[in-house]
Amino acid sequence: MTVTEDKTPSTSPAKAELVRVHMRIKRYDPATDTRPRWQEFEVEMSPGDRVLDALHIVKWSQDGTLTFRRSCAHGVCGSDAMVINGENRLACVNLIRDLGTELVIEPIRGLSVIKDLVVDMEPFFAQYKSVLPFLIAKDDPGYKERLQSPEDRERYDDTTKCILCACCTTSCPVYWANSEYVGPAAIVNAHRFIFDSRDDAGQDRLDILNQKSGVWRCRTSFNCTEACPRGIKVTQAIEEVKRAILYDRV
Amino acid sequence: MNVHFHSYDAVIVGAGGAGLRAAIEVAGSVRTAVLTKLYPTRSHTGAAQGGMCAALANVEEDYWEWHAFDTVKGSDYLGDQPAIDIMCREAIDAVIDLEHMGMAFSRTPQGRIDQRRFGGHTRNHGEAPVRRSCYAADRTGHMILQTLYQQCVAKEVNFFNEFQVFDVLFEGEGKDRRTAGVVAYELETGDLHVFTSKGVLFATGGYGKMFRVSSNAHTLTGDGPGLLFKRGIPMQDLEFYQFHPTGIYGFGILLSEAARGEGGILRNGLGERFMERVAPTVKDLAPRDMVSRAIHAEIKEGRGAGPSKDYIYLDLTHLPPEQIDAKLPDITDFARTYLGIEPKKDPIPIQPTAHYAMGGIPTNVHGEVVIDGEGTIVPGLYAAGECACVSVHGANRLGTNSLLDIVVFGRRGGRAMADYVTSVDHPTIGRGAEEPVKARIEELKAGSGTEKVAEIRSTLQEAMTRDASVVRTEESLLDSLATIEDLKKRYTQIKIDDKSDVFNYDLTEALELGHLLDLAHGLVVGALARKESRGAHWRDDFPTRDDKNWMKHTLAHLEDDGSIRLDYKPVIGGKYEPMERKY
Ligand SMILES: Cc1cc2nc3c(=O)[nH]c(=O)nc-3n(C[C@H](O)[C@H](O)[C@H](O)COP(=O)(O)OP(=O)(O)OC[C@H]3O[C@@H](n4cnc5c(N)ncnc54)[C@H](O)[C@@H]3O)c2cc1C
Ligand code: SF4
Ligand code: SF4
Ligand code: FES
Repeated sequence: MTVTEDKTPSTSPAKAELVRVHMRIKRYDPATDTRPRWQEFEVEMSPGDRVLDALHIVKWSQDGTLTFRRSCAHGVCGSDAMVINGENRLACVNLIRDLGTELVIEPIRGLSVIKDLVVDMEPFFAQYKSVLPFLIAKDDPGYKERLQSPEDRERYDDTTKCILCACCTTSCPVYWANSEYVGPAAIVNAHRFIFDSRDDAGQDRLDILNQKSGVWRCRTSFNCTEACPRGIKVTQAIEEVKRAILYDRV
Repeated sequence: MNVHFHSYDAVIVGAGGAGLRAAIEVAGSVRTAVLTKLYPTRSHTGAAQGGMCAALANVEEDYWEWHAFDTVKGSDYLGDQPAIDIMCREAIDAVIDLEHMGMAFSRTPQGRIDQRRFGGHTRNHGEAPVRRSCYAADRTGHMILQTLYQQCVAKEVNFFNEFQVFDVLFEGEGKDRRTAGVVAYELETGDLHVFTSKGVLFATGGYGKMFRVSSNAHTLTGDGPGLLFKRGIPMQDLEFYQFHPTGIYGFGILLSEAARGEGGILRNGLGERFMERVAPTVKDLAPRDMVSRAIHAEIKEGRGAGPSKDYIYLDLTHLPPEQIDAKLPDITDFARTYLGIEPKKDPIPIQPTAHYAMGGIPTNVHGEVVIDGEGTIVPGLYAAGECACVSVHGANRLGTNSLLDIVVFGRRGGRAMADYVTSVDHPTIGRGAEEPVKARIEELKAGSGTEKVAEIRSTLQEAMTRDASVVRTEESLLDSLATIEDLKKRYTQIKIDDKSDVFNYDLTEALELGHLLDLAHGLVVGALARKESRGAHWRDDFPTRDDKNWMKHTLAHLEDDGSIRLDYKPVIGGKYEPMERKY
């Protein structure tokens, strides 16, 4: 390793020159607003700060009524999906340095807005639950682990990464037009079990996804793949499910 | 304010690993409600990276007794040995149980659950590091949380999502009291819900948000311990708070010990592998308290890196890139995202970060809350997971033992509660059970105060990180105590901006701050009194362990006037006698 060449991280206090960030945030208070309105804020941030940090500065020092969900602050819990500069992102994994000092922030689309950036997640979780997102194995392994080869484990690895943030589903034009569509996130979670060698209910899930609200609605536009903060190949997973239906099993 | 009433046999508060594991145990047989302030999959269990230890011996010789020995030694002899034996023995079952539920463990070429090294886990009582940690890449917690939630979906567990509990209810007084339910605040509507219930199990997680540099989620504010503390339940061993050596510099985001388990090395600003000096046998895989102190010492003695010489490097550059991609994909992504660094080429700047609460709600091995040294319980009251103190971690938790703790004691607590509630009749609660919470909320909304919640919180966090962290002295602790006492006064004068009913996080953050202040208070008073150094509690003015006077658990009581009173209870020993901790 090179210790002489000093790599100073941008968060170092020594380098923390501040920049002025201008934020336009779409707001909605169900008690007083009949429709959403825009509000502007200015905050001083260091370039290495997260968009989530900027929202916190607003909430904590300018306007405590600004409302958004968040928890982990590093991209693993899936709470803070929002539309930032036109794209679905998690506010906690995007830095000012990367997005610039002009931020336009709106709630994700396709789920109804409850307040400011908080949307109703119930339909999203209901769709997730509709695809049997749990292991169904008929064998009785007794008092020992089931075996699974590294190759079989790898087969469904990509779709185990899902954090149910809804970035994909709420970027899907088909879902915006028709909320009956189960959406990419639910298909990803079905995929995770359909391609798990230990599972015996793949056919049941394929039957569910073969219905009219299922995979055939997808028009392969890749929005979902671009939106996924976990880098899951969402569209590919959907394609694999389609193929499994067409050619009977995996 | 609307008030709704519900009646259940069992209520579980929290839906992280501990709450969900308990729910799986209870929900089939007993009418159960699971209340959680976050959607279950957003619980911080999902952030856990490195693994979960169990002596499966899948890749090399191992026995649960070795695991127990390491845990006792790691705890600096403050852990209760019967509880540790139970945890390490049941670990094997717990891992197999998770596999049967569908957990996507990483596998060996033979298809068995793979295992890797982790700090403080050794073969044959300290001979050398052992491969004991079962894992799923560096997202083990995510996989556990998802798996448990999936099973709850399969079992149709009854969740009340985004319901935040602010009070616990009892029937009767003093020694005769038994648990009767909880009061919850529904985030979407601002309504109150009174749940009467025969049993209540708290699984609300940690309280790392009392520190500025922390690996914990914003929502880890100690709600369960905080509200019970206020209701007269003592808190155990609060002064034992773990600082993880490798948080991303400036952010506190965790880089798992798995990085060192896979061969990563800590280096100071001069490029030296300083852990060789501190722990010649296990080096970088020494327990966390030791590594954090060693980092603190390097920085203090001017051997830190960077312009302010205030960080250390975690060096992965010598590892094969394929190994990094397969075993440490997430944490190396964190370094890229937050520091703009490519860990395959450059070492990662790190600093110790507040991580894990060893202390909390005192329980026995059945998850029953115990309020004194005689083992007195409050019937119907249970706790499990990071909010509880069994105590299996004592003065210092070993890596991977928390994921283990939450599934083992989540299951045990759930089972004990299911048994209990089938043997008793339904409690009655008086009218107006919701009044204290209702009054507090109305007062805050009406508020004539002037103090800002965010300001009090950040002052607390600064003080705790500066004065009550890796290294403490009487002087630093007195400073933090004065700050906390002042902040508690100012807290009575807080004001909030948001007066609305719907998703009023301004209000809930204000209430959460009250828990953090009380728990920080208990932590600092306990730390001031404890004139020794043990595990994560290091006093520069008392740098040795004092078994004669201090091999005992602290019980902190929050008095009506807001002060803290301490008493103590003995450590429950076993076959391992205290000895000097060398690695
Ligand atoms: C970054 C990180 C990495 C870690 N890595 C490891 C590891 O590799 N191995 C290991 O063993 N341990 C690890 N740990 C520790 C371990 O992950 C945690 O201690 C453990 O997951 C805690 O689980 P829990 O169920 O007790 O709490 P959590 O998972 O934190 O869940 C708390 C639950 O309580 C709910 N809740 C809180 N307050 C309220 C309220 N007032 N009303 C209603 N609900 C409420 C929340 O909604 C949530 O569902 C790690 C910790 C962190 C932070
Ligand atoms: S690929 Fe399919 S699911 Fe994804 S955005 Fe396009 S239409 Fe929607
Ligand atoms: S697939 Fe990706 S974008 Fe969709 S919910 Fe899962 S993590 Fe989020
Ligand atoms: S806050 Fe958890 S994903 Fe952003």
